[in-house]
Amino acid sequence: MFLVMGLLVLSLTACGGDSEGSSKGKTTITYWQYTFPEKVTEIKALIKKFEAENPNIKVVAQDFPYDQYNQKIAAAMNAKKGPDIMNLFYGWLPQYQKNGYIQAIPEDFMSTKAIDQFYNPMIQSSKIDGKYYGLPTAVRSLALFWNKDLFKAAGLDPEKPPKTWDQLVEMAKKMTKIKANGQYEQEGFAWNVDGQDYHTFEEVLLRQWGVQPFSHDGKKVLWNSSPEGLKAFEYWVNMTKKDKIGDGKFLQGYNTAFKAGKAAMMIDGSFSIAATKEAAKFDWGVTTLPVREEGGTESNYGSYWTNSIAKGVSGAKLKASEKFLKFLISEDTEKEWMDKVGELPASAALGNDPSIIKDPIYGPFVRGLKNAHATMFVDEAKERTAIANAVDKILLKNAPIDQTFEELVKEQQRIRDDYYK
Amino acid sequence: MSEVTSKAQRTIKLKTRRALIAYGFLVIPLLFFLCIRIYPTLYAFSLSFRAHNASGFTLDNYSTLFHDHVFWRSVLNTLLYVIITVPLQMAFGLLIALGIEKIHHFRWFYRVIYFLPYITSIVAVSWVWRLMFDENTGVLNHVLAWFHIAPQGWLADPSEALLSVSIVMIWQAMGFSMLIFMAGIQAIPRQLYEAAQIDGSSSWKMFWRITFPLLNPTLVFLAVTGVISALQTFTQIQNLTAGGGQTAGGPLNSTSSMVVYMFNNAFTNFNMEYASAVTVTLFILILIVTLIQLKIINRSFDY
Repeated sequence: MFLVMGLLVLSLTACGGDSEGSSKGKTTITYWQYTFPEKVTEIKALIKKFEAENPNIKVVAQDFPYDQYNQKIAAAMNAKKGPDIMNLFYGWLPQYQKNGYIQAIPEDFMSTKAIDQFYNPMIQSSKIDGKYYGLPTAVRSLALFWNKDLFKAAGLDPEKPPKTWDQLVEMAKKMTKIKANGQYEQEGFAWNVDGQDYHTFEEVLLRQWGVQPFSHDGKKVLWNSSPEGLKAFEYWVNMTKKDKIGDGKFLQGYNTAFKAGKAAMMIDGSFSIAATKEAAKFDWGVTTLPVREEGGTESNYGSYWTNSIAKGVSGAKLKASEKFLKFLISEDTEKEWMDKVGELPASAALGNDPSIIKDPIYGPFVRGLKNAHATMFVDEAKERTAIANAVDKILLKNAPIDQTFEELVKEQQRIRDDYYK
Repeated sequence: MSEVTSKAQRTIKLKTRRALIAYGFLVIPLLFFLCIRIYPTLYAFSLSFRAHNASGFTLDNYSTLFHDHVFWRSVLNTLLYVIITVPLQMAFGLLIALGIEKIHHFRWFYRVIYFLPYITSIVAVSWVWRLMFDENTGVLNHVLAWFHIAPQGWLADPSEALLSVSIVMIWQAMGFSMLIFMAGIQAIPRQLYEAAQIDGSSSWKMFWRITFPLLNPTLVFLAVTGVISALQTFTQIQNLTAGGGQTAGGPLNSTSSMVVYMFNNAFTNFNMEYASAVTVTLFILILIVTLIQLKIINRSFDY
């Protein structure tokens, strides 16, 4: 019996043991990302190139559906079975750092100062206590996509997208089709909260209404620091509530509606270009985000996915991870990434490349980058849920906008206080 | 004499050897059970008394839980799921089983049709329902429009979402109830009905006086399994309400169950300690319910 038990224990430990690592001088590292088809294909191609340059390193890439990605990492890190490098949305970094899932970029690899100089300045918002916990290959900004066919059908000039928000609402009204019973058949504008539009509210509308959304250290929520903040919020929510130019739940998602030709306009990032090209059976264009009045403040929301090294990675694996990271942020990779994935180069130098700025599709995004602000999230998931719930209360329970807005600001402040306490 | 003792020794040896072999085989599932069930359970208990990202014993998780209105909403929702789904899925299952009993042709066909939802993937089926529930394009609102009924919000409306999720749960579980009821009905002796017919009872009376009381063990079994699975509801809610940046349990936590709330805390907020406290509470709740039900189940039935 003891023999049986002994065998069992042995086999159990063998299963649970560290099966990866270096064999015959070859170091294996794991790279995790979420399943974004263009990125998955591109990473595979990049790894091939990297492995050819570094024959003693093997990179294993794995990807998981977006909805389970965080869950997968949390479970794996708690079981000490996580990846060596992971691709993370910058808004998640504070929580990942706090939970001890990732380590700071080693100073001897790339100093904070060198990172500051190399990159587009907007990535500085993800510094935690003066240190970086991840390096991006690419950055993204938002732009307005419009369906030229639907513009034509509504008698609008298909080459003249709206320049101001008022124009957007006016045009969208002409392209919205609602049945007598209140059901949408077609949206003028693919309004949403949990896609890109809550970023649009926080970083574009608020700023254009003259409100700085957060204090410089990120500790204070300033949405209601002037009455204009509430006005911006009302304007935004009323696009769906009063003006009825779009519904966040129409066709299970704003970009699905646009791609299906059932929404005349949407705000999305350059990462949607490839998918839109593939799915859209209509003529479409991209332009910079609207402003409050012509010649007024331009603003944009910038975001990025970073590559972070997991906590606990050391020795040969750390060196291999650093090498791979260096490869991922090189200018060659950045250029290839833009062509294949549709995200813009993260380095400051490439962001000013005139050939990129002139591109009819990438141009508006690169121009948007100049005024882009990356929100200093402390807990992106909670912050998103809070604003989505506030909007639900207004739309589904008819809660008064002003009171809900005050509660929302308090809730956002509470999330920040929880993090900084 | 010595021969006898040695024989006895040999038999003991044989007995011990047999026992050892038996234990040897039992060890495998036992080890599996210890590692996969018992250890994680105990670990979850200890985790629930720890602070997030800190060491040391604390009751903070429980005191926060006590004042957490989303948690209480989830508890209430969980109980609502039990109250709504368990009786209805049993009632529908019984109705279908009685109906199928009455027909003589193609019985297997009806059995397959009603049992099919139970064996289909919950995830796939939930997504089909999700599209059917869609406010603007869903087939359900389309059908309502034929009868000039205003379109409903279904999953999008906080006051209807829990019922909508329950509909999917009932639809899926009633096939299982049907199958068990059919087995129960077939086990009832025919003579009882024959005797009742001779005495001139109506079929209504026969149902209430014969079928229903004799189905008691089946009813109890279905109630126990139904309540436990309703208390643990997760998959339907996750697939009907989450996705595209929304966490499960929406809108406005109106469909969140205890398991969903635990999942969101553990894997969206990474707070394993707090999630463990939710799990322990759920564990206690299920334990109490099961103990009560076991008391009922062990009651003997007199026919």
